[in-house]
Amino acid sequence: MTPADAASAEKWNLRLYTAGQSPKSLAALANLKRVCEEHLAGRYSIEVVDLLKNPRLAKDDQIVAIPTLVRKLPEPLRRLVGDLSDTERTLVGLQLRPRQ
Amino acid sequence: MKMERPAQARALPKAPTGIEGLDEITGGGLPKGRPTLVCGGPGCGKTLLATEFLVRGATQFGEPGAFISFEETGEELAQNVRSLGFDLDALVEDKKLAIDHVRVERSEIEETGEYDLEGLFVRLGFAIDSIGAKRIVLDTIESLFGGFTNEALLRSELRRLFRFLKDKGVTAVITGERGERSYTRQGLEEYVSDCVILLDHRVNEQVSTRRIRIVKYRGTVHGTNEYPFLIDEAGFSVLPLSGLQLDHAVSNERVSSGVPDLDEMLDGKGYYRGSSILVSGTAGTGKTSLAAHFAHETARRGERCLYLAFEESPQQLIRNMQSIGVDLEPFVKKGVLKLHSSRPTLHGLEMHLVQIHKMVAQFEPAAIVIDPVSNFIDTSTAIETQAMLLRMLDFLKGKRITALFTHLTSGARPTEATDVGVSSLIDTWLLMRGIETGSERTRGLYVLKSRGMPHSKEIREFLITPRGVQLKTMKGRKK
Repeated sequence: MTPADAASAEKWNLRLYTAGQSPKSLAALANLKRVCEEHLAGRYSIEVVDLLKNPRLAKDDQIVAIPTLVRKLPEPLRRLVGDLSDTERTLVGLQLRPRQ
Repeated sequence: MKMERPAQARALPKAPTGIEGLDEITGGGLPKGRPTLVCGGPGCGKTLLATEFLVRGATQFGEPGAFISFEETGEELAQNVRSLGFDLDALVEDKKLAIDHVRVERSEIEETGEYDLEGLFVRLGFAIDSIGAKRIVLDTIESLFGGFTNEALLRSELRRLFRFLKDKGVTAVITGERGERSYTRQGLEEYVSDCVILLDHRVNEQVSTRRIRIVKYRGTVHGTNEYPFLIDEAGFSVLPLSGLQLDHAVSNERVSSGVPDLDEMLDGKGYYRGSSILVSGTAGTGKTSLAAHFAHETARRGERCLYLAFEESPQQLIRNMQSIGVDLEPFVKKGVLKLHSSRPTLHGLEMHLVQIHKMVAQFEPAAIVIDPVSNFIDTSTAIETQAMLLRMLDFLKGKRITALFTHLTSGARPTEATDVGVSSLIDTWLLMRGIETGSERTRGLYVLKSRGMPHSKEIREFLITPRGVQLKTMKGRKK
């Protein structure tokens, strides 16, 4: 049984932290949507947090790098940094694929 | 090391730290609106210096500050400085201080592509803007290198960060851990070019000493020496004493030595106020008695006297001196005489001197007795001692404090040679020694030198009686 199967019934709650409409942020969102559609179709929600609008959240959620993707659910909380262009590492980071 | 050019026409604006001594050696504080790098090994006091810079900025200079901690949480920081009387929580409450703990843990970070540190910038900006901070501390930004793998990116972001701080106009203190070959492990000095301060904590023969040095300070004259500093219950303090200056105001006023016979030998009037007096002699020749007389006399006149005893406890000293008719106790009770005892080896020489410096600042004595100064010498190497004594004498003279030091010489040595080359700094030098006359061993005292007065050249017999010290002429006695 793969981790993906184990989590197949769960609802995924993802939050992407950006700072304005930078190319890296836009790339991250596009990459994230692609991965989700492929692996989590119908059971994910993506919330985009623009830190330029909500600077306080950077402190509250311990954000240093941008973009940062946080998997709020399922637990445990996972943190991915970067524009998610490395699909392999993105999947590993989200625990949709076991670490090689 | 590159030496800075001397004074430039226009003085750089400075942000005072409020830290005792540091503002003096930096000529008024840290470069305002610019970053300063504070580096040193673990436990050297970087974080404390940074914290105090913010706390004093907020409380004394009306400049709110932001503390960006990469290592300790806000709670830990508050706890660390609570014993120094700094209440960080209250400052945060009053919007004079903002604390943000930036946690960077590589194990929790999966890197999946390109990123930058805009999140950190947002946090810095928010911390600064939320309270209108004029000062900021980053302690220590090098932790970023432990959390992220892309070093080239980190370096370009650091460059951007320092530009950002300058644009914000905040006076920044960046701490960094001392590296093996550079001032900091990650070469932060490359980015901070305005001011670099090095802290050092070394242990020499089990005695620890802390030193501070301004490695560079662009556009400012600064002390280039290593200065000792102290961390105690009042925080950070630097002993800012510069090299010997010979432009002290001199006094023509005379103060009694407390021994009428000795005053008589000194032109009938005693010591000069604000002069330095050295009483040297072999063991048991009565140095402490002479010092106690002086302390007693000073206090009797109603002037404050600080007596530092390094061999006896205050009670012991009081009892022993009572036996020769010098009662110090009433003056101690009145508060004009302060007896302070400590073991010389307990601290390094610097620590003692910084402490003396502080006690003098608090107590503001007219006279000080250090009994004996030789014990200082035992805790340090000769060159260090000389430099430090020089500084101390300089400091005391600047304050017009009459200083009496006793010094124990070993019997085998020529009595007129001191281990420390302080002779040139001493104005009045009294030598005491045992004299064998026939079948009797007596004590003798003579004035080796006394600047600015015609003094006796006679060797007098030194008698300790129940009514104090007397100096009897030996003329006419059979040799």
